[in-house]
Amino acid sequence: MRKRLMVSVLTAMLASGVAAAQSCHEGKTLTAGKLTIATGNPAFYPWVIDDAPESGEGFEAAVAYALAAEMGIARDDVVWTRTSFDQAIQPGAKDFDLNMQQFSITEQRDQVVDFSIPYYTAPMAVLVRGIDGLVPEMETLKGLKWGVVASTTALPVVLQTIAPEESPLVYDDNINTVEAMKAGQIDAALFDLPTALYLAAVVLEGGQVLGQFAPEQSDNPDHFGALMTEGNPLKECVDTALATLKENGTLAAIEAEWLQEATGVPLIR
Amino acid sequence: MNRRQAYEAAQRRRSLTVAALSTGGVLAGLILLVPLAPGWPAVKASFFDATVFAETFPTLLQAFLIDVMIFAWSVPLILALGLAIALARGARAPALFPLRIFGAVYVDVFRGVPVVLTIYLIGFGVPGLGLSRPWNSPYIWGTVALVLTYSAYVAEVLRSGIESVHASQRNAAICLGLSEGDTLRYVILPQAIRRVVPANMNMLVALQKDVALLSFIGPVEILRQAGIYKSLLANFTPYVVAAVIFLLVTVPATRYADYLLNRDRNARS
Amino acid sequence: MPEAKLVLQGVKKSFGENPVLCGIDLSIARGDMICLIGASGSGKSTLLRCINQLEPIDEGTILLDGQDISEPGIDLAPVRRRIGIVFQSYNLFPHMSALDNVVLAPRRVLHEASEALHARAAALFDRFGLAPHMAKYPDQLSGGQQQRVAVIRALAMQPEIMLFDEITAALDPELVGEVLNLLRQLRGEGMTMLLATHEMGFAREVADRVCFMDGGVIVEEGPPKEIFAAPKHVRTQAFLGAVLR
Ligand SMILES: Nc1ncnc2c1ncn2[C@@H]1O[C@H](COP(=O)(O)OP(=O)(O)O)[C@@H](O)[C@H]1O
Ligand SMILES: [Mg+2]
Repeated sequence: MRKRLMVSVLTAMLASGVAAAQSCHEGKTLTAGKLTIATGNPAFYPWVIDDAPESGEGFEAAVAYALAAEMGIARDDVVWTRTSFDQAIQPGAKDFDLNMQQFSITEQRDQVVDFSIPYYTAPMAVLVRGIDGLVPEMETLKGLKWGVVASTTALPVVLQTIAPEESPLVYDDNINTVEAMKAGQIDAALFDLPTALYLAAVVLEGGQVLGQFAPEQSDNPDHFGALMTEGNPLKECVDTALATLKENGTLAAIEAEWLQEATGVPLIR
Repeated sequence: MNRRQAYEAAQRRRSLTVAALSTGGVLAGLILLVPLAPGWPAVKASFFDATVFAETFPTLLQAFLIDVMIFAWSVPLILALGLAIALARGARAPALFPLRIFGAVYVDVFRGVPVVLTIYLIGFGVPGLGLSRPWNSPYIWGTVALVLTYSAYVAEVLRSGIESVHASQRNAAICLGLSEGDTLRYVILPQAIRRVVPANMNMLVALQKDVALLSFIGPVEILRQAGIYKSLLANFTPYVVAAVIFLLVTVPATRYADYLLNRDRNARS
Repeated sequence: MPEAKLVLQGVKKSFGENPVLCGIDLSIARGDMICLIGASGSGKSTLLRCINQLEPIDEGTILLDGQDISEPGIDLAPVRRRIGIVFQSYNLFPHMSALDNVVLAPRRVLHEASEALHARAAALFDRFGLAPHMAKYPDQLSGGQQQRVAVIRALAMQPEIMLFDEITAALDPELVGEVLNLLRQLRGEGMTMLLATHEMGFAREVADRVCFMDGGVIVEEGPPKEIFAAPKHVRTQAFLGAVLR
């Protein structure tokens, strides 16, 4: 399998990569020759720096341009748009080819929309305010009051993996969750690691990342995939291009550039 | 049956027929035509998925109990505070002028600020001042926010009711030697309150829906639970479930209120 | 001459720039029935409202049993308790039965025990022929019945003097009689009464004295026979000429 993929990728590259890829996306994008990519409104660090995806700075922005290049689409032919989570999954025509905003791939979501193969696997991490007396151990975590963001896959992880004594509170977005933490209404919140690091460093005064879950500790680790409409023929091209970026180390390099702080956070035992 | 009654009966039959036919026509049109729309299968899968409906209904019903609970303890507080503010606004003695000013400012402020903002400000802000658990609970401060906002509306409604009671009623009571307090309690308020029942019923229906806004600051009530399901299942059916549950409660409640009002009106004329 | 129950001395009242009472002197003996007559706008209602302190007076004094009740700052509730007043518009409390209308004030103000009070109220309804209507609401009663309930309501406070402000003016003609009969009955029972009225026939029949008001003063007063048969003042003559024609 792996070998076959390698072979096909190599073949594609050999048969003048650009030309082959061009024929792949032809007639499958919203606008011929252009790739329309949606991000959040606003889009957050470290996924997009300064809410400006056109700069190509930030992990998802960088992946998007790398992906476009791999698909044979020029930098200038990448068009950015913004959507909410709801807009991304609602039925009907979409105004994007790809939607990249840390969408976790889940089986249920996959029945309604299509996902590319993952471009990042995010460990879940615990954000707390003041680490005093807290150790990154499951027993400690159970006794805390938890908060999560409604649209993330953090809630099932809290409920199933941590199973705290008190039922968690749920918020619309990161900022509200942080606000609740400032108000002392929750002790801890679960985010993907890069988001947790960002919130601890920039948004939440006194915020710290207590620890991260090793991917295998979670029943279904958080794989981020680019979201597309159900049955989108473009998926094949996107997957091929992403596989290439993985193989040739491009993804790892982008990850190292934008998500390097993610290392050095202790594992939860 | 005299001629007039016969004529009116015939008129009633005719208008009933017209109403039944037109309602049936619109419904038939919806049921037959909507599924013909090209997007219908997708919409149906997103909003009317029977499996999702059955799967999420019990949990959503349970979450609805939180709404009912918040509603139940808010209403008496709202009515009490609303009455107090209405009385403060109507205070006649010159020495109570500051009270009138306070009442006016209170009403202007809390009617002018969107409920959501009040909920955020009080739900996160007051606990943020340094209250500790359980006194910083979002249930407490969310309720406070709802009570503050809705009592402002109720106060205005009550005040208009109080002003609609003719001055001669007050005079008659005073002439009998009743004190200001007794005049208010036995003569003015019973008439005023009766007059504003319909307006206040509408207020309570609105409150029933606004209770869901408390989910912004953490509580997992029915709309939040529906949102969580939506995001986990990438499907909007849970919202439809929530709507159905809301209607199951609000429609009979409003009908019952109408019935009570009509009964009262018929008994008195 | 029996002692004076109510005495008005030089009572003045204006609404803004508009002087309505310009020095009223009046003395009412215990058990007297005084009728105030005069054109609309002559200040009859204002005078009654000033007596029971619904309107504060500008100058003069009002003595009830020799006590100055017009002094600024005194507690008015006990004074009003002693003076009953009934208006042209009956002003019954529409959300209460006739009986509840009557017992409210005695219960709340005089703190009467409810059994004794209900018996007393029932006796009042009985006395004025309204016993069958005790449980009804005002909107189930005719105008005449409502006005009689209003009188009973005032009487239930056991006032020492009763003021009536054109209490038959809003009634259909065939209902006027029952209310006037009630007044006759009260007079028979010795109640001290001051009433503003347009019912000249009634005034002539039952009043001890008639006062004609015009331009904010009492122009002429005397026994009804004198006033109606031989008014001295030209303004009285003109008024009576107009209303009795
Ligand atoms: N509350 C008031 N404010 C201003 N003017 C008033 C008020 N009450 C009565 N008046 C005026 O006082 C005058 C006498 O009115 P009123 O006492 O009602 O007369 P009457 O009862 O004899 O018809 C009228 O000119 C009336 O307009
Ligand atoms: Mg008058």
